Amino acid sequence: MHNRFDGKVVLITGAGSGLGQASALQIAKEGARLSLVDLNTASLEETKNKVLESVPKADVLLTTADVSDEKAVENYVNQTVQQFGAVDAFFNNAGIEGKQNLTEDFGIEEFQKVINVNLNGIFYGMKHVLKVMKKQGSGSIVNTASVGGIRGVGNQSGYAASKHGVAGLTKNSGIEYGQYGISIKAIAPGAIMTPMVEGSLKQMDPDNWEEAGKEFVKPNPMKRFGKPEEVGYLVAFLLSDQANFINATIIPIDGGQANKY
Amino acid sequence: MTFPVLEGKVAIVTGSAMGMGLATAKLFAAAKAKVIVADFNEEKGKEAVTEIEANGGTAHFIKVDISNSDQVQSMIAETVEKYGHLDVAVNNAALTPDNAPAAEFDEAYWDKLISIDLTGTALCMKYELQQMIKQGNGGSIVNISSVSGFRPQPNNIAYVAAKHGVVGMTKVAAMENGDKNIRVNSVAPGAIDTPMLRGSLEETGQTEEEFAPQLSLLGRFGQPEEIAEASLWLASDQSSYVTGTVIHADAGYTSR
Repeated sequence: MHNRFDGKVVLITGAGSGLGQASALQIAKEGARLSLVDLNTASLEETKNKVLESVPKADVLLTTADVSDEKAVENYVNQTVQQFGAVDAFFNNAGIEGKQNLTEDFGIEEFQKVINVNLNGIFYGMKHVLKVMKKQGSGSIVNTASVGGIRGVGNQSGYAASKHGVAGLTKNSGIEYGQYGISIKAIAPGAIMTPMVEGSLKQMDPDNWEEAGKEFVKPNPMKRFGKPEEVGYLVAFLLSDQANFINATIIPIDGGQANKY
Repeated sequence: MTFPVLEGKVAIVTGSAMGMGLATAKLFAAAKAKVIVADFNEEKGKEAVTEIEANGGTAHFIKVDISNSDQVQSMIAETVEKYGHLDVAVNNAALTPDNAPAAEFDEAYWDKLISIDLTGTALCMKYELQQMIKQGNGGSIVNISSVSGFRPQPNNIAYVAAKHGVVGMTKVAAMENGDKNIRVNSVAPGAIDTPMLRGSLEETGQTEEEFAPQLSLLGRFGQPEEIAEASLWLASDQSSYVTGTVIHADAGYTSR
């Protein structure tokens, strides 16, 4: 049995579903103590139950937080440090898709809402976690960007701006903190079948969203959606000591789709 | 315990007599792959096999000049003859960078370097793909590029051209073979402590203390094992949805 996270404290936002939940499950199996954060308390409990099903002795802290509220972010970081004494690895992941629309129709409020969660939330998370990691002199952070954060997809003004922003923050902060033994990277997931992507497909075609999904992955070189656990494997690798020399960079996990847009 | 595992898989690692290739062959063997140590250097290549076997691994040496198509084809044939199939390949073999400005580059060295670092990598990939397509159950190819595949290094015109080319060919092959579940990715190492890097330092008269902070935001050279870890992850089934991707393992160098 491998256990890259034996005794390590791993903090995950957006842990109630999708990529956050899949990563929590993978990392729990490798011996981590988990601090899980989500806006939705019920979904957090669900993730905890799934973790305990596969790792009955797992040490799991749950904190409900809206990541667009800096005080709430400061609180989940403080809770983690109080409970576990450290933050060794941070999956800064919580995000929303926003309503799809042309740029002119996107709406200022919608734009700000998406930016508040996807960009500001990631920034607040790094701000408070990096203080802890800098004191420790070690740590690794994985931010969730997106293929929509390195390519134009269309109808996603808020999402595109926020996810490109996450890619930019990752490079900026990675360059700042390498000297403290901290590496910061981002992942750029493509068509991963999460509740969020299901929501996007339902916006595209509410009645035939599964058909819309098939159309969506036709141009994908691997001709399929990715699974959340496949992203969990990547997140676990990047947060582990195996990836210490990988810093300030964005890693697509998309079946090759970023090369097709 | 090495993770992820490559149990049941056969892996070719080119240029694995020394440096990053050697670290990769050793790590893959520790991950339970059957490893083909493919190199031009017979003496060091055989030493690598002996070392791997002494540590309980399985490996076989094949002497190859990757710029020669016949020899590359023979390497694949011998691999299949020896171990039955081919599942993973790390195309790592490369010639030391040139050292002359663009206005004065040595044309004979250009031809030699391009024939190995660019054409040789393409030839390896071509025949690895053919074998994997024939087998019909997927595969994973990792082409070793470099920070020089993304950023210019003065006086390294042939090396920079070749390594940019490796990035391009990786993406083309990824686009073409995703539907066959053959994944093609690249690792782009930064300043890694290898005989190649030590040679460049010697040539330019710089010390590690002067050179490392210029090239690495962590203020240290990377270790060959750190590149091997990235290749292992890409080679394994853990990266089943990753193709056409470059992992920059350079401490942040290419993000500045």
